[in-house]
Amino acid sequence: MKVKHITEIAIALMLARWKQTLVAAIGVTFSIAFFISLLGFMEGLNELLDGMVLNRTPHVRLYNDILPSKLQPIDLSKEYKNHHNFISSVKPTNTRKEIYNAQQIINQLNKDERVIGVAPKITAQVFYNLGNIDLNGIINGVDTEKEAKLFSFSDYVIDGDYKELKIIPNSIILGKGAADIMMAKIGDIITVTSTEGEQFSLKVIGFFQSGIADIDKVQSYASLSTTQKILGENSNYISDIQIKLKDIDQAPALAREYGNFFKIDAEDIQTANAQFETGSSVRSIISYAVGITLLIVSGFGIYNILNMLIYEKMDTIAILKATGFAGADVKKIFITISMSIGIAGALAGLLFGFLLSLIIDAIPFHTSSLPTVTTYPINYGIQYYSIAAIFALATTYLAGWLPARKASKVDPVLIIRGK
Amino acid sequence: MENNIVLEARSICKSFHDPVKIDVLKDVSFKLSRGEYASIIGRSGSGKSTLLYILSTMDTDYTGELFIDNVSIRNKSEKELAAIRNEKIGFVFQFHYLLNEFTALKNVMLPGFKLNKLSEAELEHNAYEFLKDLGIEKLAHKMAYQLSGGEKQRVAIARAMINDPLIIMCDEPTGNLDSKNADIVFNIFKELTETFNKTLLVVTHDLDFAHKTERIIELDDGRIVGD
Repeated sequence: MKVKHITEIAIALMLARWKQTLVAAIGVTFSIAFFISLLGFMEGLNELLDGMVLNRTPHVRLYNDILPSKLQPIDLSKEYKNHHNFISSVKPTNTRKEIYNAQQIINQLNKDERVIGVAPKITAQVFYNLGNIDLNGIINGVDTEKEAKLFSFSDYVIDGDYKELKIIPNSIILGKGAADIMMAKIGDIITVTSTEGEQFSLKVIGFFQSGIADIDKVQSYASLSTTQKILGENSNYISDIQIKLKDIDQAPALAREYGNFFKIDAEDIQTANAQFETGSSVRSIISYAVGITLLIVSGFGIYNILNMLIYEKMDTIAILKATGFAGADVKKIFITISMSIGIAGALAGLLFGFLLSLIIDAIPFHTSSLPTVTTYPINYGIQYYSIAAIFALATTYLAGWLPARKASKVDPVLIIRGK
Repeated sequence: MENNIVLEARSICKSFHDPVKIDVLKDVSFKLSRGEYASIIGRSGSGKSTLLYILSTMDTDYTGELFIDNVSIRNKSEKELAAIRNEKIGFVFQFHYLLNEFTALKNVMLPGFKLNKLSEAELEHNAYEFLKDLGIEKLAHKMAYQLSGGEKQRVAIARAMINDPLIIMCDEPTGNLDSKNADIVFNIFKELTETFNKTLLVVTHDLDFAHKTERIIELDDGRIVGD
């Protein structure tokens, strides 16, 4: 029995009941379209929310933590070596926040295969002077190009050109919150006071909005050299090294490795932002559950329609069997019907899912906390399309298999006698 | 001339068990040779249709032995039985049982698709020739439901012929036809035995029809009472 002829019979049976067949296919189409757009939308939101923190956070951060020394003088004493000692109120010594040999560490990291990029950073505590009032502030000294490349810095600069930070000396990109309080405009000169008591005049060349209001009220950005000047440090002074890795999952292991190798404190992104992963995965599980339910429901639709078709076409099945078609052939015919509905529905569903995603992607969505987002986020990941297609084919096969088995067992004598 | 036997039934018995045990066929034995034109007659309920379904291999729930083309069909799988039906037996039913979703020509070709020995073009040619022999080649491309009763029956006969079977079995082939069409069908059958040397086994309660055949097997209450 050639596939062509099985298909021919299957098509003829489908055409005989084309309305129901179409309804079944539309059921599959809808479930796939919604599965794809739902998961794409959910993943888009996940990425957006995670991105608010994860994209801007280095995967591994090297710094000198302010901690009391682990080795207290009494530990060095031979006399008390075998004793327990308790020291209360231990204070940290005047540890340097500067990373020693920062440039060598950066050079070394740049050679590491597992690293995408390295960006140095300095943080300086300042006061923004606003007439009589001083506002607390933090100026992050960054290498603008690297910051833009690795941590999407440019996405959060809502006004002005971030590249000018490097070109114009003594320039600053103010946090949006801070700028609103100071009523600063681009081109204004503001005054800041460093913790050492020195005053600096800085030119505002842009505004920065992270999406987290508390940060925007405090943080501003300046170039590395400007920040070094404010701190009164030389041009080798670096307080943080931010590393972006190729594989984010390696962060904890690499943080430990770098920490030991460079004798420095290292913090990985998982430790810093553990809760984000949990939220994302729970949201994903819920949307998968909803999507798969849709697909299963459409499977029941196919099951019903095939069952009906078999009752209606008992005569046809009987005559096929009487003229020499085996049960297996009849089964193939009905599985073919079911799979055709599944495949046609799935293809249309993939297309409609994509179109639906495009529509959601075009719906305006403005929120002050996310300056770069203007429409609803959608993820167009191929994995949702393939999961939907595979799952749809599996459900339609199963939905077709049961009625097909029933059809293959139809006893032609009963039908022919029954007339 | 053992080789000329195309169908042999040896003491076939069948009972229905629902609701009480009823013996429908009791020790039915007979042989059919190539080219024979035989009819099975009997009153309603005499078991003639039941016998035909057993002989056609569709019903396997019986005791006794059945040989088709000198091969016992006992212990054959459902698939093998289907293949035997496809290759060696042609069917014509009381109700025409064409597939309404196909044209007359496709209906004739369907058993050929299953046999899969000829190319589609050859099959189509053969099917068309059979329809021509039966005088209905003009209807070849009409859908089955557009045909009249007599036309449908002739298409069904063409379908029974398509795989060049050893034996053609008919269940009340004229039961639904007027006498004119019944005559046409009878003559076609006669021609099949004479020209194509086919074996024909016709179940009928139409005595006029039966008396015109070469051999009459009479069933009464599950037994052969006359041959």
